[in-house]
Amino acid sequence: MTGAALPVWAAWLVVALAITGAGFSLTGALGLIRLRTFYERVHAPTLGATLGMALILTSSMVLLSLIEGRLVLRDALIGIFLTITTPVTLLVLARAAAQRDRHEGNPGAPPEL
Amino acid sequence: MTRLLPYPWLSLGLALTWLLLNAPLTPGSAVLALLVGLAVPAVMRALRPPAVRVRAPGTLVRLAGLVVYDMVRSNIDVARIILGLRRGERRTGFVTIPLDLRDPFGLAALSIILTGTPGTLWVQYDSQSGSLLLHVLDETGGDEWVRRVKDRYERPLMTIFS
Repeated sequence: MTGAALPVWAAWLVVALAITGAGFSLTGALGLIRLRTFYERVHAPTLGATLGMALILTSSMVLLSLIEGRLVLRDALIGIFLTITTPVTLLVLARAAAQRDRHEGNPGAPPEL
Repeated sequence: MTRLLPYPWLSLGLALTWLLLNAPLTPGSAVLALLVGLAVPAVMRALRPPAVRVRAPGTLVRLAGLVVYDMVRSNIDVARIILGLRRGERRTGFVTIPLDLRDPFGLAALSIILTGTPGTLWVQYDSQSGSLLLHVLDETGGDEWVRRVKDRYERPLMTIFS
């Protein structure tokens, strides 16, 4: 099957999944502008790294599975590796910000453990 | 475990990754997957990573389901906060959670869970006192977050990585 011969319901499903996923990612990007403090802002991009990513990958897997006529799960690997690596980035960012805020004695610095 | 399979989970994971990357399945790719699964963990032995022991597969499956549910729900919650669709006062703040979980793999799993659910940010963990500092986007006051992390995630993780 080629992309042109895709049934209409499948095309709608693929588009709906991709648009919803992209919507969550866009909302996350918007959060970077709208939220005020650093610690609040770090929350925002995780939208794109979790549900946004999952929906876009599902859309891609559905599309490829239908076109190739077999179950294509390759994209799930992207999801797995993104899920286990994202915490490292956020952890380092948050830790660096906490260190700086405590050192400079900024208001809103996290409490000492 | 044995000399042939020092890290059975790593072997299985590598072989499955190889098969997924080289789909559709052919006899050639199956043989290569087997070779990768056997050879790479043997090299890993030089790094001497501590062995993972996973118990209670039922708890693991239930926890995974719970995390997926929480992930979807908190994504929607945070999206509503960002788009300004939520009414009422919202307070953000830091929460200190005393953890009983000490297993490094369990803690790694907890950090993945807390990052995977937007609205909670892992700021710092102190291995001496075992306390974890979280930043939450929706501070409810009281010990609601403490109980949520401990009951929902920490207890199953302690059963799995005991």
